[in-house]
Amino acid sequence: MTGWSCSVSDPPPDATDRRPRIRAGARLSHDERRETDLLLAPEVVVRLNGSAAAILRLCDGTRTQRDIVKCLLDRFPDADESRIAASVSDFLERFGREGWLQ
Amino acid sequence: MSELAPPWVLLAELTHRCPLHCAYCSNSLKLTGRDLELDTAEWVRVFTQAAELGIVQLQLSGGEPLLREDLDALIGAARELELFVQVLTSGIGLDRRRAEALARTGVDWIQLSIQSAAASSGDRIAGFKAHAHKRDAASALVEAGLGFTLNVVLHRRNIDELEAIAELALDWGAQRLELANAQYYNWALANRSALLPRASQLQRAERVLEELREELAGKLELVWVLPDYYERRPKPCMGGWGRVSMTVAPDGRALPCPVADTIESLALDSVRTRTLSWIWEHSPAFAAYRGIDWMRSPCRDCPRREIDFGGCRCQAFALTGDAVRADPVCDLSPDRVLIDDALAAAGATSDIRLVYRH
Repeated sequence: MTGWSCSVSDPPPDATDRRPRIRAGARLSHDERRETDLLLAPEVVVRLNGSAAAILRLCDGTRTQRDIVKCLLDRFPDADESRIAASVSDFLERFGREGWLQ
Repeated sequence: MSELAPPWVLLAELTHRCPLHCAYCSNSLKLTGRDLELDTAEWVRVFTQAAELGIVQLQLSGGEPLLREDLDALIGAARELELFVQVLTSGIGLDRRRAEALARTGVDWIQLSIQSAAASSGDRIAGFKAHAHKRDAASALVEAGLGFTLNVVLHRRNIDELEAIAELALDWGAQRLELANAQYYNWALANRSALLPRASQLQRAERVLEELREELAGKLELVWVLPDYYERRPKPCMGGWGRVSMTVAPDGRALPCPVADTIESLALDSVRTRTLSWIWEHSPAFAAYRGIDWMRSPCRDCPRREIDFGGCRCQAFALTGDAVRADPVCDLSPDRVLIDDALAAAGATSDIRLVYRH
């Protein structure tokens, strides 16, 4: 589904060591008619912007937060690493608080 | 006029057949017989048109959808269309084999309804010995790896049991608990004086709800459907008429909300003769109360007109005989007295016989 892949590493344990996964019963979907990515769950539809969808696609429970940053850097080699790391961290924090991750 | 945005949700009432006879059933007082139900090919055509139209969520309901022998095939077709599929069931007939078969279809989520926390009162409200079947259904779902919401319609006879209901939801392995205060249409309206909770019951329930939310955070998601008679402002019914959602009845009639056929003047179109997209864009029933142009005072000039959309058209019609009046729940409505009288009667009456759906 992602159309690209990357490896999973074993980083030293720290705060970026969690391996987020979209919670059971929720899943990503691409909405062709509205040209947007969606997160679907019982009675809920969340419209995702491009970066939210790119991060969530990597939240499969095998990749650590650090892996996710690395995957995004592989995909967007011109991006600034510290900015990507910060936005991934913010996003996972916020989405986790809203109960979307497990 | 700006282009009409596509709908998000389709509620497919696959059948009106149901083993239960709940006294608050929202199905029509005139139930559709099996001979008039859409067949498999017709439903698949509807789902295909729904996906093309922009619908992303499909709720398969009834009646009892498990009574459709083609249910698994219908779910499979909907999943191939990438729809998020939820099945709303009473759990009757949902044994381990059935749950495993459902899991193989790729169904996204199940909603299992219960009537109360205790077998005796649950069976009294459903008019059927159902509680034990439901417990078995829940365990079959857990074993099949299917996530589910436990849904309970709240009314005078079970609203005092919230703690026990939440405990049961945890015990049975539900991820979500929907505490849906009864909405008074069709069978529920016929039984309103027996179902409306007293004000003191509701106050206690709201206190308990807050405690449960704190206690169960992260363990069980609680969804509270407001008891609109006790509100001062009406619910934004269906997220606005013809704005978010479509319902298709067992015989193919397309409705802006599941009980819209109670408004006798509405000319309903059928998916047997029209496409879903034509219906969304052109059906007079969907256009009737869409947006704000149909409104009269006090809704027309209300700052909340695009927040609650004048409340519920079906409720306005059921209680005043005129669907364009403000929802009588609103305390700006000249008809609010109708609600207050019903509440006063609820406080005064004791046990009244229920009329079971039949």
